[in-house]
Amino acid sequence: MPKNDVAVVGIGQTKFRSKRRDVNIPEMIYEAAKMALDDAKIEPKDIDAIIIGNMDHFEGINFSELWCGIDAAPGYLKPVVKVATGGTTGSSLAICGYYNVASGIYNKVLVIGWEKLNEGGATTGIITAFDPVWERPSLAGALGPLALMANTYAAKYGITPEQAAKVTVKNRSNAANNPFAHLQMPNITVDYVMSSQMISYPLRLHDCCPQSEGACAIIYANEEETKKVTDNPAWIQSVATAHYYTFGTDTIMFDLPSAAIASKEAYRKAGIKDPVKDLDVAEIYEPTSWSELSWTESLGFCKSGEGGKILDEGITQMGGELPVNPSGGVLSTNPIGATALVRVAEAAIQVMGRGGKRQVPDVEKALSMGFGGSLWTEILILGKEPKR
Amino acid sequence: MDKVAIVGVAQTKYEAEKIDQTYMELVFEVVKKLHNDLGITNDDVGSVITSSNDFNDGRTIANMAIQDAVGTVGKSESRVSGDGAFAYVYAAMRILSGEYDTVMVVSHCKCSEVNQYLVNNTIFDPYYQRHLGLDQISSAGLMANMYMTKYGFTEEQAANVVVKNRKNALNNPYAHLRKEVTLDEVLNSPMMAYPLKELEFPPFSDGAVAMLLTNKELASKFTDNPVWLKGYANCTDAYYLGHRTMTDLIGLELAAKEAYKMAGINDPVKNLDVAEVYDAFSVHELMSYEALGFCNKGEGGKFLDSGETQMGGNIPVNPSGGVLSSNPTMANGLIRLAEVALQIMGKAGKRQIADSKLGLANGMNGICSQGNCVLIFGGE
Repeated sequence: MPKNDVAVVGIGQTKFRSKRRDVNIPEMIYEAAKMALDDAKIEPKDIDAIIIGNMDHFEGINFSELWCGIDAAPGYLKPVVKVATGGTTGSSLAICGYYNVASGIYNKVLVIGWEKLNEGGATTGIITAFDPVWERPSLAGALGPLALMANTYAAKYGITPEQAAKVTVKNRSNAANNPFAHLQMPNITVDYVMSSQMISYPLRLHDCCPQSEGACAIIYANEEETKKVTDNPAWIQSVATAHYYTFGTDTIMFDLPSAAIASKEAYRKAGIKDPVKDLDVAEIYEPTSWSELSWTESLGFCKSGEGGKILDEGITQMGGELPVNPSGGVLSTNPIGATALVRVAEAAIQVMGRGGKRQVPDVEKALSMGFGGSLWTEILILGKEPKR
Repeated sequence: MDKVAIVGVAQTKYEAEKIDQTYMELVFEVVKKLHNDLGITNDDVGSVITSSNDFNDGRTIANMAIQDAVGTVGKSESRVSGDGAFAYVYAAMRILSGEYDTVMVVSHCKCSEVNQYLVNNTIFDPYYQRHLGLDQISSAGLMANMYMTKYGFTEEQAANVVVKNRKNALNNPYAHLRKEVTLDEVLNSPMMAYPLKELEFPPFSDGAVAMLLTNKELASKFTDNPVWLKGYANCTDAYYLGHRTMTDLIGLELAAKEAYKMAGINDPVKNLDVAEVYDAFSVHELMSYEALGFCNKGEGGKFLDSGETQMGGNIPVNPSGGVLSSNPTMANGLIRLAEVALQIMGKAGKRQIADSKLGLANGMNGICSQGNCVLIFGGE
C-alpha cells in the first residue's frame, strides 16, 4: 500500500490522426501538455517533474525527452525522465509518474506519451525488438506474433472470425462517440471487417489497429495538492506490471499469462474480488480484435474461451455490465508511445464522469491496461476514492 | 530521508570489445554476481528497474531482451531510457513508496556494437541541428572553447585531469583503460575538436553494473554496512546548445545545490569524503568542480592544481578512474553510484579513500550535461 495517495487531476489529448503534417513533434506534444495544464488549472512553473516517452527508433530520435520535455513542456531546470518500454510505454510512464508522487519526492508531476509515426517507421522499429539470430527471421514485427496468438487461440477454443469482427464493430462504433479517436466508424459492419484485406492469417486489415499520430498527457498530484485544484479527481488505487519470458517460443501463445498475473495483483491491491461486478469500465490494450476476446479472459472478466460469449451477451458493450473500450480502444487509435497512457486517461475521464457521449453511467472504478514487449502487461486501477 | 539503502553492487570488467558476450549475457553476469554476493535468489528481488538505450543496443525495447537475465518472469520491470543514475532514482522511489521492499537496478551498454558518433548525432533534433554533424566530440569542443574564452584554463590543467584519472584507474580492477598516461602524451595526442585532444575523451567500453536497494527495516538482513541515500536532485538544462550558457554547467549546479540542501551539506569540500563525477571529457571535470561548488567559477583548473581532487586530497574525485577510463555510456551514472557505495562500504580495495562517510555521485543525460542528477550517499 502506498505511503502517499496519488490522483489524476488533469488530462490532455490531441485529436489523433494518421498524419499531423501541420505540426512538428514538440508542437504536437505541446497541444496535449497545455490542455492537461489548463484542465488542472496548474501553472507550468508549479509542475515538479516531467516523465515523458516514446520509442527511440520510431522517429529516429535519441534522448527525445531532452528536446520535447524542454520545448513542448515546462521541463527547463526541472527533472525530465524518459521511460520507454514498447507498447507499454504509456502505462510505464503512468506507473513511473505514480511512484514519483507516491514516494513523496514530488507533489505534482506531468506525464506525457507521444508518437509521430509518419516521421519514421513503426514496423521497421518493431522488427529490431526481436533477437537478430533466433527470432528476427521467423517472428518479428507486431502483426506476425499477434496473428500467431490469434491462430492458436482460435484453434484452442473454436473462436470464429465473426466473433473477432464484432470487436472491431463495437470499438469503432464506440470511437464515433469519442472526439479524440482516430478511426470513427459509426456504421461499420461485420461484413465490412470480414471482407477487408487479409494481412496475416487470421488477421484482416480491420482486425488490426491503425497507426496514429498524437500525444496524451496527464497530471498527477498528491492528496494535499489534489484538494487545492479539484473536487473531482481520479485516484490511483493500484498499479501492477508483469513480464514473461523473453523469447516468444518460450511462452504460451494462446492467451496472455502476464495479463492474468498483473490483473490479479492489481485486483488484490485495490480490493477487487469480482472484476465484472467491482469494475464499472475497462480500457484495455487490444492491438487486434482477436486480442480483446482473448485478453478479457486473461483479465478474469470471463472463463477461458468465453471472450466471444461475453461480447455476444453484450457484457462488454456500451450499456453492458462491464463496457470495454468506450473510447474506441486501440483498434480505433494507436499512437504507440501514447496508446497505453490514453487507456489511463480514458479510465480517469470515466471515473471523473467527463466522458460526454462515451460516458458509462456511475463509474466508481475503472481498469486500464497496457500491453507490449515480449507479451507483458501493465494494469492501473483508478477510482473515485483514494485507496488508503 | 534515511530510508533507501544500497546493500550490494556488482560490476563486469569494462572492456573495449566483449566479443564473447551479448548484452543479455553482460546483464546476467552482474545479476548473478549480485545474487551470489548477497546470497539471494530471484525470489528476494521485488522488482527491477533497468537503464538502457535503444540506439546503443540496436534494438527497439532493448529491455525486452534482458527480461530472462534480470529474472522478471511474473514480476515487474521498468526501463529508464537513459543514464543509469536516473534508473537508481526510479528504483529508490519504488522503495520510498512502501510498495516494494527490494528493488534491483541494472544498467548495461555495449558500445562496441554501434557507431557512437552516429548514436550521439541522433540526440540533435532532426529539423535544424542534426545536419550540422554535431556529436559528443564537436559539442564538447564548442563548450571547452567557450569556457576557455570566458574563464581561461591551461592545456596542461585539462590534460592533468586525464593523467589523474588514468592513474587512479590502475587501482580499479574493473576499469577499461588501466595504463598510465603522461602529461606529454595527452598534450601530443591528435587534436579532435579544438582545444580538446584525443586522450581528453573517454574510450568506448562494454560492460554492466547492478545494485540492490532496500528499506530501513530490511537493510541489516543483507549487509552490516548499507549505504543510505542522503540527498537527491535532478535538473535539466535547455536543449539547443544555442540556448545554453555553455561556459557553466547550470543544470548540474542547481541540482548540486538542491541535493546539498537535502543532505545538510554546507561546505562540500569539507563535508564530502569522495566524489565520483561524470567526466565526459577533461575540461568537463574542471567545469564540474565549479558547478558542484568545490571551487569558485572559473577556478576549476586552479583547483585541480591545488591537488585537492587527487587521491589523498581533501575531496578525491574519481578514485575509480572515472568515465575517462571506462565508458559504457548508459551505465556511467550507475557506475559512479556503485563506486561511491563501495567507498562508503569500505570495499573499494586499492582505490579506497580512508574513512569515507559521505560521498557524491552524479549522472548525466544528453550532450554537455543537459540532464543532471546529483546524489549524496552516507554510511550512517
